Amino acid sequence: MRIRLLACLLAAALVFSACNPVGPPQGGGEMEMEDGMSMDMSGGSMPADSLEAQTTENGHFTVSAVSQLDPVVINETHSWTLHIENADGKPVTDAEIAIDGGMPEHDHGFPTAPRVTQYLGEGGYLLEGMRFNMGGVWVLTLEISSGGQSDTVTFEFELN
Amino acid sequence: MRRLLVAGASLAFIVLAALVLFSSGLVGAGNIGAAIRDLLGASAGGRGIGFQSGADPAHSWTAAERGIIASLSLDRLPPLPPDPSNAVGDSSDAVALGHALFFDGGLSPDGTVSCSTCHQPQSYFTDGKALANVRDIDTPRHTPTIVGIAYSDWFYWDGRRDSQWAQALAPQEAAIEHGGTRTAHVRYVLENYRSQYEAVFGPGPDFSDASRFPSDAAPVEDGAKLAAWEGMSEADRGAVNRVFANIGKSIAAYSRKILPGRSRFDDYAEAALVNDRERMSELFSAEEAEGLRLFFGDGQCTDCHNGPLFTNGTFHNIGLPLPQGSRFDQGRSLGTFQVVEDVFNCQGEFSDAKEEECVELRFIKLEGEELIGAFKVPGLRNVAETAPYMHNGIFPDLEAVMRHYNHAPPAFPGHSDLVPLAFTEEQSEAVIAFLLTLSAPPDAPAELLRPPVNQ
Repeated sequence: MRIRLLACLLAAALVFSACNPVGPPQGGGEMEMEDGMSMDMSGGSMPADSLEAQTTENGHFTVSAVSQLDPVVINETHSWTLHIENADGKPVTDAEIAIDGGMPEHDHGFPTAPRVTQYLGEGGYLLEGMRFNMGGVWVLTLEISSGGQSDTVTFEFELN
Repeated sequence: MRRLLVAGASLAFIVLAALVLFSSGLVGAGNIGAAIRDLLGASAGGRGIGFQSGADPAHSWTAAERGIIASLSLDRLPPLPPDPSNAVGDSSDAVALGHALFFDGGLSPDGTVSCSTCHQPQSYFTDGKALANVRDIDTPRHTPTIVGIAYSDWFYWDGRRDSQWAQALAPQEAAIEHGGTRTAHVRYVLENYRSQYEAVFGPGPDFSDASRFPSDAAPVEDGAKLAAWEGMSEADRGAVNRVFANIGKSIAAYSRKILPGRSRFDDYAEAALVNDRERMSELFSAEEAEGLRLFFGDGQCTDCHNGPLFTNGTFHNIGLPLPQGSRFDQGRSLGTFQVVEDVFNCQGEFSDAKEEECVELRFIKLEGEELIGAFKVPGLRNVAETAPYMHNGIFPDLEAVMRHYNHAPPAFPGHSDLVPLAFTEEQSEAVIAFLLTLSAPPDAPAELLRPPVNQ
């Protein structure tokens, strides 16, 4: 994290521009991962690892996710909280959510079978059984059904 | 001063280049943070700048590399978490009972086979054989170590058990291993260890009524033993299962005490974390350091052999050859169903865990091509001391292991998770030299590494 902040400061000083090294997601969410495989250089608490809000392929829903394991580390089964809104920005209260994902480069899925186990209210859903077993690029695909509409969103993020 | 100026200019160039790549879309948003981090890391670690010129370049690591090295260190291993399915897992009385049972041949019909027959303390709790063999018949699998295995979520090469105590029960009734039965073993333990048993588990039942509790009854393939088991009442079977489970829980309490010791690599990682190159060069040869570099670098070994125990604890097919005359081993794709059906699993009536505590079983992956022919990634601590290698013992030494990884033939059935390393002979030797630095005596009280004195 400190290195990333250093990059911000240096970039700001050198090009006199505001810095957002993470950047807005463009076709793929960005997860700020300060992972357990790397040295913890933050020296303090960090914001929860999260996936920024992303709209589903056909625009029916907007989805964001926050890991309850912070920082996200490999080899530990943990839970995430999903937040789902409809196109009007209202919380979706009755979504059915199918989970898929894995490491496309390695041609394998998650080492576990994560699933949504609980509706938490206010458009929040508990996703349990998440686990990553190696560093690299992961994808998380959610197929969301609600109100007679189904739509899909895929988050892509890197765990270093 | 000139070096500092050069360094400053380098950093400015790196950041500008990264921003240009970002704004031009050549580097996707998902990678930009990592790109900047990597570029900075390459300089900040000193390799590109040379603040410590003259030091051995073999021990020159970027900050990111030092982070990876530290992640493999025993210093990063958390204290062993309790096993919620085993309420006596950390009881000293259970350890003492389990210690005795681990070495006791009485848990076999002819008195010749104990856990320690295959899990030999002097061999890092392995047996040196390609395939486990105690009754002149090869089992299908190689004996894995139990050192540090308490950190695992799954047991056996295919993960067909989900706790150490459930694992400790199965070999007792396997015909070509202990070859015993649960009614014989519960009776043996209550006859020979009643006071120790009751100190841990409370009053033990009375199994003396031979009409209710046959001498050899178990749910196994053997027809007579199976018939005897099925002839028992459900309540009596449950009482036997309860004591049998407690035998396993005692053995697990003992096994939990056998942890990996601090190796030369761990000292090196400690020195690397503070970038003490002098200390690093005292601890590792240039070849060992190069082997470490290849291990997590070009070799990508840490994809699976990661964390302080050098395993991600999950299952992978790496396209291993089959031993001559053997049939394809389905591995994890079968183990999943066996653990779900196991009466002694985390969610079963003999487990001490609450339903929600059985996280691994609740979210077990049951489907996926990657489960076919997949086996648990073994930890690599003491790997040099635990030949032969792989679940089927197919490779006699580390050189053969490296040859496999260098060529990485495709798997059939299933798909191999490997890509050929194509390392030179020199590189392969360096990786092996590094692996040799992972050896260390187990971290366990000396008395637990031999049979109890009165045995």
